[in-house]
Amino acid sequence: MPRTPSAVAGTVLVALMVVLAVIGPPLWGDEAARIDATAVLQGGSAAHPFGTDNLGRDLLARVLVAARYSLLLALAAALIGGVAGIVLGALPSVLPRRGARFVTGMVNALVAFPGLLLAMFTAVVTGLGARGAVLGIGAAIAPGFARLTQTLAASVAGADYVAAARMLGVPRHRVLARHVLPNIAEPLILNLAMALGGALLGLSGMSFLGLGVQPPDYDWGRLLFDGFGRIYVNPEVALGPAAAVALAGIGFNLLGDALAKGAARRPAHRPDGAAPPAAPAPDEAEVQPDAVLDVRGLTVSFPGGVTPVRGVSLSVGPGEIVGLVGESGSGKSLTAAAVGGLVPYPGAVSHTALRLSGEEAATLTQKELGTSLAMVFQDPMASLNPALRVGGQLAEVAQVHQGATRAEARRRAVDRLGHVHLPEPEKQAGRHPHQLSGGMRQRAVIAMGLMGTPKLIIADEPTTALDVTVQRQILRLLREVTEETRAGVLFISHDIAVVGELCDRVVVMYAGRVVEELPVERLAEGAAHPYTRALLGSLPDMDTDRSRPLASIPGRQPAPGDVGDGCAFAPRCPLAGERCESSRPPLARVGAGHLVACWEAS
Amino acid sequence: MRIDNLTVRFGGFTAVDSVSLDVPEGHIVGLVGESGSGKSSLARAVCGLVPHTGLVSGASRPQMVFQDPYASLDPRMKIGESVAEGLRGLRGAARDAEVARLLGLVSLPAELAGRYPRELSGGQRQRVAIARALGARPDLLVADEITSALDVSVQGAVLNLVRSLRDELGVTILFISHNLAVVRYVCDEVAVLHHGRLVEHGPTEDVIGAPAHDYTRALIEAVPRVPRP
Ligand SMILES: Nc1ncnc2c1ncn2[C@@H]1O[C@H](COP(=O)(O)OP(=O)(O)O)[C@@H](O)[C@H]1O
Ligand code: SF4
Ligand SMILES: [Mg+2]
Repeated sequence: MPRTPSAVAGTVLVALMVVLAVIGPPLWGDEAARIDATAVLQGGSAAHPFGTDNLGRDLLARVLVAARYSLLLALAAALIGGVAGIVLGALPSVLPRRGARFVTGMVNALVAFPGLLLAMFTAVVTGLGARGAVLGIGAAIAPGFARLTQTLAASVAGADYVAAARMLGVPRHRVLARHVLPNIAEPLILNLAMALGGALLGLSGMSFLGLGVQPPDYDWGRLLFDGFGRIYVNPEVALGPAAAVALAGIGFNLLGDALAKGAARRPAHRPDGAAPPAAPAPDEAEVQPDAVLDVRGLTVSFPGGVTPVRGVSLSVGPGEIVGLVGESGSGKSLTAAAVGGLVPYPGAVSHTALRLSGEEAATLTQKELGTSLAMVFQDPMASLNPALRVGGQLAEVAQVHQGATRAEARRRAVDRLGHVHLPEPEKQAGRHPHQLSGGMRQRAVIAMGLMGTPKLIIADEPTTALDVTVQRQILRLLREVTEETRAGVLFISHDIAVVGELCDRVVVMYAGRVVEELPVERLAEGAAHPYTRALLGSLPDMDTDRSRPLASIPGRQPAPGDVGDGCAFAPRCPLAGERCESSRPPLARVGAGHLVACWEAS
Repeated sequence: MRIDNLTVRFGGFTAVDSVSLDVPEGHIVGLVGESGSGKSSLARAVCGLVPHTGLVSGASRPQMVFQDPYASLDPRMKIGESVAEGLRGLRGAARDAEVARLLGLVSLPAELAGRYPRELSGGQRQRVAIARALGARPDLLVADEITSALDVSVQGAVLNLVRSLRDELGVTILFISHNLAVVRYVCDEVAVLHHGRLVEHGPTEDVIGAPAHDYTRALIEAVPRVPRP
């Protein structure tokens, strides 16, 4: 759970309420019940800070004692509403189609019905008193829960693992119990916490209206009801129960909110590293004087000794396409993010130099960065706003960064869309992103990058989600754009064949470091690092010998927290010797434009 | 397994258009085509997961392995429980032994049974999904883009596994992929799907070596290649 002030306030308030519910009745129960004919209907005084009621009972004590009953009633109402809602919501996934449709229709009708009316109606039908009020509030909560359960269950029911279970012949009720419910339990429980606050307020309201708790029992709402008639004479008699209701309601809502945010933010499982590694020394890499990107000793680390990028040096020349390749988790995306200034909190970035077209990146304004650097990601929807028309989004770039007028910006947008070979650019400009296919969206994102005059285009797995035919078109487009604009491209992919096909120079990353850098002409026959060779060998192409098994790389890449002192590839390397385990090979030159970090390659 | 005149419609859209295809026993037939060409709809229809017209015969116990190994295992179930889901009538030690045997078939250590999916790599998860499918003793295994979400470094091992299922266990497989290089490597026959229709079908060497349809040629053309000097 996040440690925000509101989360802390919510936790403290709820804890106070629970403590009060436990200790209230034993501590102050007698006082709250003591009738004192000499002190009837008094206002606040030293002896009775909140005054007394018509039998002379102390109202402060009664407010403190009422905590237990108020909270128990709220808990009962929330549980009744929650359970009824979950059952109603889950039924459609086990009932035959007809029944399912009936239940769904009923839930939809109930959701549309005002909750307060539903509560009052149920309360009146089931009889005045605490039981009726609890059932009424439960009834008001249930439809919302049913709807939530249905939505959540529908999303899980579409999951591949449910399809797999169905094919295995697992009956529907078992699918519900084993797959669906466990996977939606967490959000449901969170919502129950929030419903508790609502139930408390609702029940107090019912009692306040005289529909809820009846004397001699009392909850906060009832105390408020009794004190309300005197509010103009002794406002303090109503203040106590009102404050209690308000604080408890706020407490549950804040806590529920904080829990929900905490659950939404919880990161996927990530191994945690041990001691923080010493700052990795930057390795040598080729330097080009006119490079559009030149980064030295780039390191990205996260708290807990996790350093996914370790001293990477790279350069990209004008009109050059440099491929960054390696398996997932090798630090390619974080390298790109660091160049674009997009490393997520709490990541820390350091480098000895980071220059874009010869200028220190730190001295560039956001606007200069925005026009000289274009980024394309695997998911084009990361760059497109689903609510806006494609043309408008592109035009906005020109208006904001280049101060173009609306009409100019619009004209340029259509021109750029045509430039990336979108058919009928006028028409596409007027469409929303979801109306375009994946390949068309990726073109639109590239067109967006071309609204400025980018010197560097960073493309992170831009074709991974596309099939080979569309991939081929996008690769061709990238090549065309670089030749025409002389922009440099940093092209990131886990697929060494794609990189080999498109790029001029290939940089291979493993466990956060560059392990080989070479001109693409040397890739097929001249790769020197065992990892590069294994990547090439495990990839079938149109000439692979079909009678022999494919090469594969045993084991796994170490997590960014577990990279040791020696060569990170040693546990998977067929050539590993003693030296490899203990000391890390430096990135050394073995030929023209060819660098390798391996003891055995030379 | 025989598919006769299979058609799948979603509303007014025809995803698969009267496809007929033979998958001979113990063979791997590859199904290629771009995304949206109807490959997955055909696969799901064969497994009875979507409504369709036409006839599927000779596959009474089909099983499917999905593209995304991160979505096809229930994150709250241990690997062993997932694999055991299709094993009816087995209890206790017999069940554990069968789970271990199935994991062995896909070259995974039996200890993995006690782990959760999040502790496994993508390649390992895909093997678990295959083991789970094998547990139901399928007469047809449908593999839908099972290596597309995997790193190249583990793709090779999974492809080797698919071939060994055929060679050693005689499993009949419908292998779906958009990458012809992958299909060429594992399949005995190739069928090409374009806009829901079957445009070409034949032995792998023939289809790749002498494609008869323009679309097949475009697919072959699109396979990325590392340039050779
Ligand atoms: N926000 C983060 N907090 C902690 N670790 C992270 C974060 N983002 C990425 N990582 C870790 O950094 C490593 C490299 O990630 P990434 O750059 O995405 O690799 P690639 O793009 O090569 O697949 C991974 O092991 C990943 O788990
Ligand atoms: S340094 Fe040793 S372990 Fe590392 S890649 Fe070279 S031979 Fe293999
Ligand atoms: Mg990445």
